[in-house]
Amino acid sequence: MIAFVTYKMILVLVIFTITLAIAAYSTYAERKVAAFLQDRVGPDRAGPFGIFQPLADGLKFIYKEEIIPNVSNKLLFVFGPCIAMLTALMAGVVVPWGDTVFIGGKEYSLQITDLNIGILYVFGVVSIGVYGIMIGGWSSNNKFSLLGAIRASAQMISYEIAMGLAIIALVLMTGTLSLREITMQQAGGLGGDWNFWNVVYQPLGFLIFIVCAFAECNRTPFDLPECETELVGGYHTEYSSMKLGFYLFAEYINMFISSAVISTLYFGGFNFPFMNNLGLDHNMISIIGTIVLFAKIVFFIFFFMWIRWTIPRFRYDQLMNLGWKIMIPLAIFNIALCALISLYINR
Amino acid sequence: MIRTGMLTNRSKVVVKKEMNFWERMYLPAILSGVVITIKHLLRRKATIKFPEQKREISKVWRGQHVLKRDEHGAERCTACGLCAVACPAEAITMTAAERKKGDEGLFREEKYASVYEINMLRCIFCGLCEEACPKEAIFLTDRIVSTDYERHGFIYGKDKLVEAVDKRIDVTVRQTPEVLEFKKHKLLSHNR
Repeated sequence: MIAFVTYKMILVLVIFTITLAIAAYSTYAERKVAAFLQDRVGPDRAGPFGIFQPLADGLKFIYKEEIIPNVSNKLLFVFGPCIAMLTALMAGVVVPWGDTVFIGGKEYSLQITDLNIGILYVFGVVSIGVYGIMIGGWSSNNKFSLLGAIRASAQMISYEIAMGLAIIALVLMTGTLSLREITMQQAGGLGGDWNFWNVVYQPLGFLIFIVCAFAECNRTPFDLPECETELVGGYHTEYSSMKLGFYLFAEYINMFISSAVISTLYFGGFNFPFMNNLGLDHNMISIIGTIVLFAKIVFFIFFFMWIRWTIPRFRYDQLMNLGWKIMIPLAIFNIALCALISLYINR
Repeated sequence: MIRTGMLTNRSKVVVKKEMNFWERMYLPAILSGVVITIKHLLRRKATIKFPEQKREISKVWRGQHVLKRDEHGAERCTACGLCAVACPAEAITMTAAERKKGDEGLFREEKYASVYEINMLRCIFCGLCEEACPKEAIFLTDRIVSTDYERHGFIYGKDKLVEAVDKRIDVTVRQTPEVLEFKKHKLLSHNR
């Protein structure tokens, strides 16, 4: 029992640390990618190539004066960033970060917990995330914050529907909600058994899912909640110091988790091509698999940033049109298509 | 239809037409945009990392001013105020004083500037002070005015403007024979 708890505690701690580290370095990567895509150099003063920039940013956030507006609801004002951070960190629990490893004859899974309703859990946690934004924006008692918060909640709720419908098509195909099982079904790939990643069978579903993931993470082209040109800073206008840091950080953690979920659901998770043909032992393949999963995640984080510096922001009515009139019908069409095809194959 | 730039023959006819299905899908446009941005990823960067690298500047770059001394080390400026009058930004102020006995080595003529200040925040580095100066006393150099945290730090007095006796500043690039010839014009020949 104690061994089990220690192993889980260590796993939780490691994943927590990695999540924070990746989120911190996402801020650095964002600035670097932005700079490079615009023919600039980006931050390069703090350490070689500016790799200590996140530390400098963090220190700056901590040392800045913290202002809580007099007219705000103080309890909720503090509560908002906490919720945003909490929900962002919670979603990583069900993601399978790797296959099992054998240490001293015992099998250890590189996943904190394998819920049989894994995807549902992710959706549940992500939809709580909107409360962090809503509460933060509303309790600031500022019209820009409130507008940003209302936009954020409306946007996230609209796009959650299409996202959920895209997942239903995937669940129809895989027959499970557990993220681990979905990953295991994508094992192999090229090589001996011709078993492809889900993106090959679900291209439309993947497209809908990734667009909705952009909207859920409030990333460009769907960054209307905090569009700096219209709403000052959106829901976090009144925030300063580390509370603002928490909001920004939560956004990057969300991006990391979204990338992890996309990689797991559609890009084979910790599976990689020819994995069963290399003749390596199980532990080795697991370790390579984890590295491959992180490579996929890093690619998707890069993709998020790449899109950010390519596409301008949507207008609000365009956003709602896209969400309700295109994404949702398309997702329903995708479900019908998948249902018909799986019915035809299984007959 | 809007026609612009008729004179240059580079007019572009703007047509507002309905988008076809392919264009309305938005994805091909995103794809082409994404390709454009990724091409910039490894392109040569335009950034000049300032303290280590410096931007190439012209030979006759107009930067921080210098108040010259003559060949014996005496200040050339006589506080005539022509530079201050010429200055379009009104950046120059000065106070004139009479030379005391025994200061002949310090100041070239009987009148000199006891205070001479240039506000570098006002200065537009046009070089009109240099052009107005009848005594060949003020020149703009290729030095860059350094940054400061305070506004009053940009008001340069004689301590910063007058060149050191042992560290003369070369202005031959700006004081060419052509310039000297130009200054011989009769409109500029007063008070020589």
